[in-house]
Amino acid sequence: MSDRLSVFKTYKLYVGGKFPRSESGRVYEVTDSKGKWLANAPLSSRKDARDAVVAARKAFGGWSGATAYNRGQILYRIAEMLEGRRAQFVHEVADAEGLSKSKATEQVDAAIDRWVWYAGWTDKIAQVVGGGNPVAGPYFNLSSPEPTGVVTVLAPQKSSFLGLVSVLAPVIATGNTAIVIASEKSPLPALSLGEVLATSDLPGGVVNVLSGRTAEIATPLAAHQDVNAIDLAGAGTDDGLAKELEIAAADNLKRVLRPQPVDDWSATPGIDRMTAFLETKTVWHPTGSLGASGSGY
Amino acid sequence: MSAGVYSCYARRYARLVTMPTTAHTLTDVAASESTLRRFLHGLPGVDAVGLEARAASLGTRSIKTTAKAYAIDLAISMVDLTTLEGADTPGKVRALGAKAVRPDPTDRTAPATAAVCVYPDMVATAKEAVAGSSVKVASVATAFPAGRAALSVKLADVRDAVAAGADEIDMVIDRGAFLAGNYMKVYDEIVAVKEACGASARLKVIFETGELSTYDNIRRASWLGMIAGADFIKTSTGKVAVNATPANTLLMLEAVRDFRAQTGVQVGVKPAGGIRTTKDAVKFLVLVNETAGEDWLDNHWFRFGASSLLNDLLMQRQKLATGRYSGPDYVTVD
Amino acid sequence: MTMEKQTPVFEYAPAPESRSVVDIAPSYGLFIDGEFTEAADGKVFKTVSPSTEEVLSEIAQAGTEDVDRAVRAARKAFEKWSALPGSERAKYLFRIARIIQERSRELAVLETLDNGKPIKETRDADLPLVAAHFFYYAGWADKLDHAGFGANPRPLGVAGQVIPWNFPLLMLAWKIAPALATGNTVVLKPAETTPLSALFFADICRQAGLPKGVVNILPGYGATGAALVEHPDVNKVAFTGSTAVGKAIARQVAGTRKKVTLELGGKGANIVFDDAPIDQAVEGIVSGIFFNQGQVCCAGSRLLVQESIQDELLDSLKRRLSTLRLGDPLDKNTDIGAINSAEQLSRITTLVEAGEAEGAERWSAACELPSSGYWFAPTLFTNVTQAHTIARDEIFGPVLSVLTFRTPDEAVAKANNSQYGLSAGIWSEKGSRILAVANKLRAGVVWSNTFNKFDPTSPFGGYKESGFGREGGRHGLEAYLDV
Repeated sequence: MSDRLSVFKTYKLYVGGKFPRSESGRVYEVTDSKGKWLANAPLSSRKDARDAVVAARKAFGGWSGATAYNRGQILYRIAEMLEGRRAQFVHEVADAEGLSKSKATEQVDAAIDRWVWYAGWTDKIAQVVGGGNPVAGPYFNLSSPEPTGVVTVLAPQKSSFLGLVSVLAPVIATGNTAIVIASEKSPLPALSLGEVLATSDLPGGVVNVLSGRTAEIATPLAAHQDVNAIDLAGAGTDDGLAKELEIAAADNLKRVLRPQPVDDWSATPGIDRMTAFLETKTVWHPTGSLGASGSGY
Repeated sequence: MSAGVYSCYARRYARLVTMPTTAHTLTDVAASESTLRRFLHGLPGVDAVGLEARAASLGTRSIKTTAKAYAIDLAISMVDLTTLEGADTPGKVRALGAKAVRPDPTDRTAPATAAVCVYPDMVATAKEAVAGSSVKVASVATAFPAGRAALSVKLADVRDAVAAGADEIDMVIDRGAFLAGNYMKVYDEIVAVKEACGASARLKVIFETGELSTYDNIRRASWLGMIAGADFIKTSTGKVAVNATPANTLLMLEAVRDFRAQTGVQVGVKPAGGIRTTKDAVKFLVLVNETAGEDWLDNHWFRFGASSLLNDLLMQRQKLATGRYSGPDYVTVD
Repeated sequence: MTMEKQTPVFEYAPAPESRSVVDIAPSYGLFIDGEFTEAADGKVFKTVSPSTEEVLSEIAQAGTEDVDRAVRAARKAFEKWSALPGSERAKYLFRIARIIQERSRELAVLETLDNGKPIKETRDADLPLVAAHFFYYAGWADKLDHAGFGANPRPLGVAGQVIPWNFPLLMLAWKIAPALATGNTVVLKPAETTPLSALFFADICRQAGLPKGVVNILPGYGATGAALVEHPDVNKVAFTGSTAVGKAIARQVAGTRKKVTLELGGKGANIVFDDAPIDQAVEGIVSGIFFNQGQVCCAGSRLLVQESIQDELLDSLKRRLSTLRLGDPLDKNTDIGAINSAEQLSRITTLVEAGEAEGAERWSAACELPSSGYWFAPTLFTNVTQAHTIARDEIFGPVLSVLTFRTPDEAVAKANNSQYGLSAGIWSEKGSRILAVANKLRAGVVWSNTFNKFDPTSPFGGYKESGFGREGGRHGLEAYLDV
């Protein structure tokens, strides 16, 4: 034990590229798995949620319009930045989830590798799920995936970091912007991730991180008319929250990804979490012919 | 049970649409090579697939009973009965003339054709053959069909035909000049030929659409021809692989419609070559009816350049009259 | 001398398609487990021909008990059907496709009678697309391992499908063909105003020897559809219809494991730039909004025209509208048929009145409407802004709202300014502009220099409140697979 008094960190939200406190001024106590106080986290309000939607919508045009290559570069940059702060995240994850240092290290390493996996997907998913359609007529016809828009993500409650990255990365890899509701009990890794994202060339507003009571924040977001989709991973499969949110989401026909039990977030993801938040646009154009010779031009 | 068809036709609407500016404003576009080029290249583009789809769609109109009878007689009256062969003789031309005047010897109610169409050296013979009837004599000229001769030769060709009594001159444009982008040369030639036609002969300008190749070119040629003073614009010579098609004729009908809306001047259209059956001819009349409108449903404004078409029209006419199918032995060979 | 004009106009004589090619029975039952049967409660309803209001037949109306019977039949059939080799399922679908082709004239006349749309459309659009759709998905049945959804993708089980009245048989094909190809069994509810072609399809299933219970047809109203969606043993819900009902379904299935696809309303923008191929654009505008009397979810119901060519384009459009032929849907020359129902006609009328009340300028070609049946003359509104009801609400009728724009940016902003996102059109001769605008439009189908083109290989479906999921193409398989 050194004599030096350590400097505590004030955890803040990450919204629109900035680090605000909750506009409500409220915080709540975050403890480790044994109940020991770790920090005070912002207790986000409905208004914080609303601000996050505005930020995410504002960022959507630029992020969805960026080249897939550029998005891949930035996602890879996130992995690079995380690698540099690996020790911090191992510490936070160990505290949050009550894991040994080696188990927590596995989680953080897997999360960093997950960013790398999705960094590589940005410029490939369109080739896998899109393509030309051989229509029976003189038309060029191409289907391409496009991001759905602003996506609310309820991060998994238990896996505070690997679970979080596993649901967030696929959403933004394809050009969506996100509002992430951090694990209610263990929000600190998510709030720290905001600091990493802010220094990874990711435009402000592409990811917005809120901490607080999941149900309280998710309810207005599920009903928000300017949110296009919602991932209910953190809503839990047992109580009625997921159902309530799905009902609210129907108001503007949000795309809903229902919660599925996940035992092991470290398993290699498929592409489902990306395709859940992709639209398919099909463009037609006449092909015509080269000239007026031949049959009927 | 039948609700009947209530056509929403406000046919006369066409006249309400665009008030003519003056013909004069369009003569300005031919002030120089560059103004002419700018004008022609400023015309709206043509989407080939859409144009052909519209032509095909109009081709599915079902024309039956009284409408069919009307269409057949109208089509007969629009035929430019044509012989343009190296082997043409006075005898052949006289036979053609007789047929034009009285297409169906067994039925005097069958209308005469609009014209006979021959080479310039046969004009006098043709004139004699149709004397006293409503049938005109049209003559191809200007070094038909290739048009590859000096302007002076082309003009002499025209003057010969007119002097021999031709009522109508079917000239070919210089496709080489057109494709080389030398629109002014094409324009000047048409103007010169028109002058050579004098007041007595109407001028049909043949584009040879199969050689112009693109629909954009056909639209430009149509406007070029009309601005230069064409009385008719005509698809083709009948001497190349692709002649009249529903699509290129539809396109030219749009051009004459728009030209009249803009200038007040009405120009006729003549598809030629490849129209052999009554079914085809009726489809073309539907194109006229629903594109340019009823003002063009008249042999002063629409013609078919054809030869074998006439016999098919006559056989169909007999079928409608008698209820049984006719055969080639009941119409005359040319 | 010109030909004397004793016959002044080229009027087309009536050219009716023969009604005798179709034999409509005085009554039809529900189709459950391979048999036609009466409703458990004995309820029936009448289906009428919208062009004449003539009663065509009396139809059994399925209730909750019937829904349960049908779902049970489908569940029972599922075991064997899903276990069949894909190549065998394919052959059933190929058989169905062929029988549809053989009976296409009969089905076209039937559809025209029951729906009111012109025979020209049922003959040249609906029926060929129906057969093509079955052909397309037939070929997928034994190739699912290669469809990009992993090895051996599994069917979901029983699919509950609810379809609209605007393309009765085509919507049936869009639903049933991919469901059967992937090994699901189905219970389908056709719309209450157009049940006949689905019941004829039941007969086609019998002719094809399709195992009992694989396809069940339950005519009825909204309550029948709701009961089907609600049924606990339905694994998949597919709905095409209004956005309001779509939202109700989304709420209904919340908290369940039912997979849902919704194909809902639209307010498609048809954008015409000043360099458009103008004559083809006019045709595209006309087919965009008057095809099937505008009762098309992907209709180009908002015309966005560049202000600099507005007058010229509207002149051409009005002239073209004046040539549309409205009347007997069975007449081969009819372009505009009847509105599907009195209810739909009144909805159109109400919205058109709102358009006038809000100050938009209404125009129709002089047009005589038949005295019986449900009719609405092709109509366009000018002086329309984004704020007008007729620029925002789906009218689902032959009514075009004309708005203007000045720049491509403005065109895109206005086009996207809608709760819907199903279709859009772009007319321009400039390739880069088409691609840039197509890229920015938030719509599932973008037709450039064409409109209202459909193909079984081409995925169809919306963004935003136009629904989710895609029908058609490889994409269309996903809705019926457990992936």
